[in-house]
Amino acid sequence: MPGKALFQKTFTIKKDDFANAGEASVQIKNILKDVGFDSSVIRRVAVASYEAEMNVVMYGGGGNVRLAVNPDNVMLVVEDKGPGIPDVDQAMQEGFSTATDEMREMGFGAGMGLPNIKRNSDDLKIITSPDSGTRLEICIRSSVSGTEEN
Amino acid sequence: MKLSDIAAELGLKVEAGAQGLDAEVTGGYVSDLLSDVIGNCTAGQLWITLQVHDNIVAVATLKELAGIVIINGKQVSANAVEKAEAEGIPILSTQLPAYETAGRLYQLGIGAD
Repeated sequence: MPGKALFQKTFTIKKDDFANAGEASVQIKNILKDVGFDSSVIRRVAVASYEAEMNVVMYGGGGNVRLAVNPDNVMLVVEDKGPGIPDVDQAMQEGFSTATDEMREMGFGAGMGLPNIKRNSDDLKIITSPDSGTRLEICIRSSVSGTEEN
Repeated sequence: MKLSDIAAELGLKVEAGAQGLDAEVTGGYVSDLLSDVIGNCTAGQLWITLQVHDNIVAVATLKELAGIVIINGKQVSANAVEKAEAEGIPILSTQLPAYETAGRLYQLGIGAD
């Protein structure tokens, strides 16, 4: 990614920490609001960030989300220490899930996580292997407007 | 219609986030799948669900929902109440099931959006 980010912050995501899951995404949303992004961009980032965060909590064995605010886009780089995704094409299909019964009872495991991320991003790279876990690079294009508030 | 008026009409009990009851409700959405709500709900909607754990508050906050209605008399978790108070997200509860809750909202003129 050429150029210097206007703002960067890394959030640590803990394994199986359902109590605090989603907090990083709420913080990311608040940061983007303060910067003055328009709400359609913020909403897309929020969806992608939440889904990626939940994947790290539930399947990734913990990891981190790095937010970079650039002049014309928002980047989320999400890394986990998990077992990797054996078949990315299958994981991208809506409805496919490896969630446990316990996760499903909580309303997770709809098999919509990666599809939701894809739908809300302009560019999505998935780098995954059994040895090094999974890395998502999510790019959402934008401009800082500071005018719209709803 | 304001959430406080809906709460009065349906006899909903306010469990948390009373500071948000002034919110204007633009529509409703029924789902117990969090990814469905994150993907398809829109800002200002009232979310009807049987999920009671604390992650529902993160979802409602991220989507800027007007509030959450817990159905079937289920008891919302203490953690969810605490988070909802902090975020100002109203959580309301009813003895009614989802079908009837949605139906009564529709009768009040609250559509899908």
